[in-house]
Amino acid sequence: MSSITLAAPDPLGLYTNPIGHWVIVVVAMVVALVVLMTGAAYSVWFERVALGRMQRRPGPNRVGPFGLLQLAADGVKLAFKESFAPRMVDPVLYVLAPAIMVTAAFLAWAVIPVGIWYGFSYWIADLNVGILLVLAVSSMNAYALLLGGWSSNNKYSLLGGLRAAAQLVSYELSLGLALVPVFMIVGSLRLQDIATYQVHWFGASFPLPLILVAPLSFVIYMVSAVAEVNRTPFDLPEAEQELIGGYLTEYSGLKFVCFYLGEYINMITVAALATLLFLAGWEGPLLPPVFWMFVKIVFFIFLFIWLRTTLPRLRYDMLMRLGWKVLLPLAIANVVVTAIVLVAVQ
Amino acid sequence: MAEGKLTQTGEPGITVTRSREEGLEGEILTVNFGPQHPSTHGVLRLVVDLDGEMVRGVRPVIGYLHTGIEKQMEALRWQQAVVLTDRHDYLQPPINNLAYALAVERLMGVEAPLRAQGLRVIMSELTRIASHLLWLATSGLELGAMGIYFYCFREREKVLAMNEEISGFRMHTSYIRPGGVSGDATERFLEMLDAFIEEMPGNIDEYEALLTDNPIWRARTRDVGVLSADDAIALGATGPMIRGSGLPWDLRKRRPYSGYEQYDWEVAVETAGDCYARYLVRVKEMRESVKILRQALDRLPDGPINVDERKMLPPPREELETSMEAVIHHFKLFTEGYSPPPGDVYVGVEGARGEHGVYAVSDGTHKPRRVKFRSASFVNIQSVEPMSLGSMIADMIAIIGTVDTVLGDVDR
Repeated sequence: MSSITLAAPDPLGLYTNPIGHWVIVVVAMVVALVVLMTGAAYSVWFERVALGRMQRRPGPNRVGPFGLLQLAADGVKLAFKESFAPRMVDPVLYVLAPAIMVTAAFLAWAVIPVGIWYGFSYWIADLNVGILLVLAVSSMNAYALLLGGWSSNNKYSLLGGLRAAAQLVSYELSLGLALVPVFMIVGSLRLQDIATYQVHWFGASFPLPLILVAPLSFVIYMVSAVAEVNRTPFDLPEAEQELIGGYLTEYSGLKFVCFYLGEYINMITVAALATLLFLAGWEGPLLPPVFWMFVKIVFFIFLFIWLRTTLPRLRYDMLMRLGWKVLLPLAIANVVVTAIVLVAVQ
Repeated sequence: MAEGKLTQTGEPGITVTRSREEGLEGEILTVNFGPQHPSTHGVLRLVVDLDGEMVRGVRPVIGYLHTGIEKQMEALRWQQAVVLTDRHDYLQPPINNLAYALAVERLMGVEAPLRAQGLRVIMSELTRIASHLLWLATSGLELGAMGIYFYCFREREKVLAMNEEISGFRMHTSYIRPGGVSGDATERFLEMLDAFIEEMPGNIDEYEALLTDNPIWRARTRDVGVLSADDAIALGATGPMIRGSGLPWDLRKRRPYSGYEQYDWEVAVETAGDCYARYLVRVKEMRESVKILRQALDRLPDGPINVDERKMLPPPREELETSMEAVIHHFKLFTEGYSPPPGDVYVGVEGARGEHGVYAVSDGTHKPRRVKFRSASFVNIQSVEPMSLGSMIADMIAIIGTVDTVLGDVDR
C-alpha cells in the first residue's frame, strides 16, 4: 500500500530531530484547535444562513459583513453569562459532561489528515489504526450526553440523555460495520492510506472515490452519521418540541457552548470522514487539495442542513427499529458480500 | 401516581387500556408538560405519567389564559361587545364575530343584506384558511419539519394583509358586526382576493409535496391518536376532529347560515380517525375553502352592507342634517345602544376548529345578560387524554397538534 510522505520543504531539519517532531506536533495541535473552533463557529453561521435562505428569510446579516461576526457576538454573550447550575445537580458530573463532549470532539482530529497542497498533507499523529481511534473517541459522546442528562436533575434532561445514549449505541454499530468493507478493499486502517487509495486497474493509477465501489457502505454510513451527530431526522435527544432541550435543558453559558461546539465539531468530523473514506479525500482536478477537502466537507454539512429544514423527526421506537432491524442487518450483509466478492476477484 | 398497575378510566363509550404489560414493573415518572413548553400551543399544562417513553396518564390542566371575556361582555353594550369576540380565539376572529353577530341579529329579528352575507362568507373562509395554515405550520414544526412553517406563514401573511385592507386590522378585525359588516370591500381587496384564490391551490400542492407522501410524516401520524367515530361523538368533538373520524358533520352544510347553502363544495371527510386523517381533512378543507371563495367572489351581489334598521346602526351623515328622527336615533344609539327584546338564542357556526357557538341571553336592556361561548377548542381538548394513553411522548405531541386548540378559546 502506498503511504504518503511529507514533501514540504524542511530547512530546519525538524522532521528528523525528536525535539523538532514534538514542536511540529504541538504547533499542529494549536492549529487544529483554532481551525476547528473557527470551523465550528462558521458552520453555525453557514447553517443559519442556509436555513434562512431555504425558509424565505435572510438569516444573520447584521453583525459584520454578511453577519459573519454574529458568532463572535453570540460567543461573547455566552461567555459572559453567569455560570448557573440548578439546585441538586451532581456537581462533578454536571461540569464533566460538557468537558467530555468537547474533548472527545477535538480528540478525533488527532488522526484525521487534511490535504493542504500537492504531496503535502497535514495531521497531528500518524496512527496505523487511525479510523478506529476516531470511532472510539466519537462514542465518548454518549457518556457526555448521558451524564449531562442524568446529572442535571431535570426530567426532560434525563429523558433526553437516555434517548441520546440509546441512539448513539445503536448507530455506532452500523456506522462501524458500514466502514468494514472500505477497510477490506483498501487493506489499511490508516486514514491517509484510505484517502489516497490508488487503483491499479488496466495499468492506470488514480485515486478512486470509494463511493463507487461501496455505495451501500456510503449510504449506511451517512444515515448512521446523521444519527451519530443528533441531527434531523434523528435529533431526538434534544427534540425541542418534545423534551424542550433534552440533555441541554439545564445548561447555559460556557457549558452550553461546550456542548454546542462539540456537536458542530462532530458534524465536521463525520463530514471529513465521509470525504476521506468515500470521496477520495482531498483529490480533485485542477485546484489544490485544500480546496477540494474544504468543498467536500462543506457539501456534507450542507446536506445535513438541507435535511434539517425538510424532514420531520422520527419517533424513538422507529429510530431503534431502523437502526437494529434495517441498518445493522444491511451492514452485516454488506460486509459478507464484499468479502465474497473480494475473495472471488483475488 | 402509585407504582405498578394503573386503573381503568370509566368514561362512557371510551375504551382505554391503562394497565401495563406484565413483568414491566418500574417507576412511573410524572412530568409537567407546560404551561411553558414549546409545543403546547400556548399555556396548556399536561400532567403526564411516563413509563419510559410511554404515556400512561394525561391530565390536561387549563385556566392559565383565563381572560374573563365572557364576563366582560356583560359590561359592554351589544354593539361594543363584538370587539371581545375577536380575542378569545385569536386565530379565527371573523368566524367568532359572525357567530356573535348572527346571535344578536336573531335576537333583534333582522337579517343581514345579501352583500354583507357574501362578504361574511369570504372573510370566514379566508380566516379558516389562515387558521389551518397556522395549524399546518406549527404541527409540521412540532414533528420536526422546519421548512413547512415558513411556507405556510408566507400565505397566512397574505390573508392578514387582506384583513388589513378590508378592516384596518391584521388580526382582530371586528369586521363582521351585528347588522352587517364594518365597511365595504375595496377594489384593491377584491384584486388581492382574486390573486390569492388563483395561487392558493398551487401553494397547497407545495405543502402536500413536502408532507403527504413523506414516509417519515406518514410514519409519525398514521395510526397515531386514533379516535373512533363513536368516541368522537361521546366526547363532543367537532370540526376536523370528527370529520377525520368519518362523520361528515359540518354546520355549513347541516345548518347553513349566511348563505352557505348556495355554494357548491364538499365536506372533507377521512375515515381513519388518526392524526394523518385529521391532517388530510384540514388540507382538503383549505382546497374547499378556496372553491367557496371563488364562488363567493364571483357571485358577490351589489347592494347595502348593513341592515336598514335605524335602531341598530347609525343613520347616514346627510340624513342628520334634514331629519330630526335621525338625530334622535343617532343620539340614542351612541348614548345607550340598542336593546333586543328579552329572550335567549343559540347560534352555532362552523369554525376552523369545530362548532363555535354563541348562547346569548337578553333581558331587554342595552347590555347582554349573559354571553356564553361553546368553543370547539375547549370541547376538543378532552379527547387528548383517551387518544394519548399508551402512545409515546412524541405521539402525544402530534396528537396535541392535530387537536388544534387555541388556549385563549379554551379558557375565555
